[in-house]
Amino acid sequence: MTSLLWGLVAGLGGGLAIAIAALFGVWWERKVAARIQLRFGPQQAGPAGLLQTLADTVKLVIKEDVTPRAADARMFRLAPLLVFVPAALALIVIPIAKDFAPLDSGVGMLLFLAVPSVSVLGVLLGGWSSSNTYATIGGLRGAAQMVSYEVPRSLSVLSLIIVAGSMRPTAVMAAWQWWWLPLFAIGFVVFFISSIAEMNRGPFDLPEAESELVAGYFADYTGIRWAVFMMVEYGAVLATTLFASAVFLGGTNGLPGALGVLLLLAKAIVLTTVVIWIKWTFPRFRADQLMGFAWKVLTPLALLQLLLAGVVAIWL
Amino acid sequence: MATQIESRQRVRTDDGRLLDRLVVNVGPSHPSTHGVCRVIAHLEGEVVVKAEPVIGYLHRGIEKMAENRTYLQVVPLTDRLDYVGSMYANWAYCRAVERLAGIRVPERAEYIRVIVCELQRICSHMMGVGASGADTGAFTAFVYAVDIRERIVELFEDLCGARLTYNYVRPGGVAFDLPDGWIEKCRHVVRTLPDRLRELDDLFFGNWIAQGRMRGIGILTPEDAIAWGATGPVARASGITFDIRKNDPYSVYPRLDFKVPVGENGDSLDRARVKLMESIESCGIVDQALDQLEDGPVMAPYVPRLIRPRPGDAYDHIESARGSLGVYLVSDGSPRPWRMKVRSPAFCNLQLLGNLAVGHTMSDLVVILGSLDPVFGEVDR
Repeated sequence: MTSLLWGLVAGLGGGLAIAIAALFGVWWERKVAARIQLRFGPQQAGPAGLLQTLADTVKLVIKEDVTPRAADARMFRLAPLLVFVPAALALIVIPIAKDFAPLDSGVGMLLFLAVPSVSVLGVLLGGWSSSNTYATIGGLRGAAQMVSYEVPRSLSVLSLIIVAGSMRPTAVMAAWQWWWLPLFAIGFVVFFISSIAEMNRGPFDLPEAESELVAGYFADYTGIRWAVFMMVEYGAVLATTLFASAVFLGGTNGLPGALGVLLLLAKAIVLTTVVIWIKWTFPRFRADQLMGFAWKVLTPLALLQLLLAGVVAIWL
Repeated sequence: MATQIESRQRVRTDDGRLLDRLVVNVGPSHPSTHGVCRVIAHLEGEVVVKAEPVIGYLHRGIEKMAENRTYLQVVPLTDRLDYVGSMYANWAYCRAVERLAGIRVPERAEYIRVIVCELQRICSHMMGVGASGADTGAFTAFVYAVDIRERIVELFEDLCGARLTYNYVRPGGVAFDLPDGWIEKCRHVVRTLPDRLRELDDLFFGNWIAQGRMRGIGILTPEDAIAWGATGPVARASGITFDIRKNDPYSVYPRLDFKVPVGENGDSLDRARVKLMESIESCGIVDQALDQLEDGPVMAPYVPRLIRPRPGDAYDHIESARGSLGVYLVSDGSPRPWRMKVRSPAFCNLQLLGNLAVGHTMSDLVVILGSLDPVFGEVDR
């Protein structure tokens, strides 16, 4: 009973964390993108435009909730939930302090990889049920892309598990040594790139490519349902950057309490900035180039990393 | 015009297979149609098997409206043709009127026309290059291009108060002389721009994803370019060295030294990059023209408010940012043109879309459309 209650609290906390990450993430992205593009970004609402996202949220909430006449209404309404819930669940296994994760699971690493994959269903469903050609293409692209990039992503995490000897994220974080940085350099880059593809962000944002597909699989969503899709994107950024800082970059580095949490957050924010930087620098891939990149470049690199990790694990 | 289209079609191929085709209606209001173009794309998977451009959504009947206005009143109408390069339409129209009515334009006015039109070329090409950036998802390249354009739009604002529709070139000369200090400002801009243009070249065309997206996409052979009447950067990207400024020199261009950049492959990358190279050349042209500019009148003497050319016709063309822009005028001796016809390069270049897009993916379709750089004010007129 207590574990159920705790799970509920952790899940709600995950949802809340996504909402906060989206609030901060949108603002931060606007500011960073503006600096890259010789602009200022939001300035008027609140100090340095901090409240701009809040104002946008209010606008989105009071917007009309439209379900297209041709859409499969029930599936159409279900899709945002199906995308949001796995993204929130993925957050609860991430170690956020020394020896602490909301759900300190023995298979946490696997959970982190597996649970967000369910989002694919939501993307596919959202695209299909809209009964709109752009959305259908976007949904299909999204499904193909997310499944493909799962492979290098999982492989790179697998090499970590081999060396750490545990699938418990807190244990992996505790086992972190400075020489993991050079050892897992390839794995980290592969994980980072394939995570960007996994969360459909530029230069891999084909499912929602605005220049061809308008908004892809969520082209027909309005108001808060649309906002849910956007929030999930920032939720995925939060999850990825937190997870990468925790297990690849040493996380709290053994610092106890709030100090460790702050260090972890600082690393995550730096990684988030890199994610934004990449998005606003690179053009978008084409679907076939994207697939080729996953299977011909990232997967072999991840396998190489796995080999390297295996050798080191035996030698240890 | 608005036809309902079925989004799924079942077709039987030559070898008897049944295929489901997805028919995607792109536009008329779509983020990458750069205006109100509508393309009906038939897809097999993501590959385009047929693309039909549907035009006419911005038709305002400018050629017909011209018949009810005096020659001077038509000038603002020509602003609305190619709204990214209004100066060209002004100039092409005014040249036709001057030829029809036998008006001689003072030298200073000719220089000013060359200066503003070369600035306009950079302006327009920056929209074209930027649009190629936005189409491939490189929004930062778009913003950089627009920032370069902004420097020139500010010059135009100083010059004639307008940022988009200038109504500046008039039959007989130009509307006003250059304001005080404008020459220095302009010189500063054209001397600093080449570095910024090269920076944009590195930023966008130097990027390997951008090259991968645009190289070999929508190849236009020189034969096709000639057969379809393509002009301007679209033709030059295919290696055709046709530029009216060189091939049929007008105004003071023979006195200015400049090169005409041409591409090699005729693909989308070349079409976009030729525009950037031309912009760098244009900076040099403006710089030279500012040096050669001498004092004098900017309007021919005795140009009446109501120009009544003798009955007859006249055609004149100039090299606009999009290619050969021509205006044909017929006069019946009244103060209003009896007929005006615009030879629009954007219209001719757009015809190529259906041919170029076949066999490429949906993502390439928007890249090809962007590289043809149509402006629908001029296509639909």
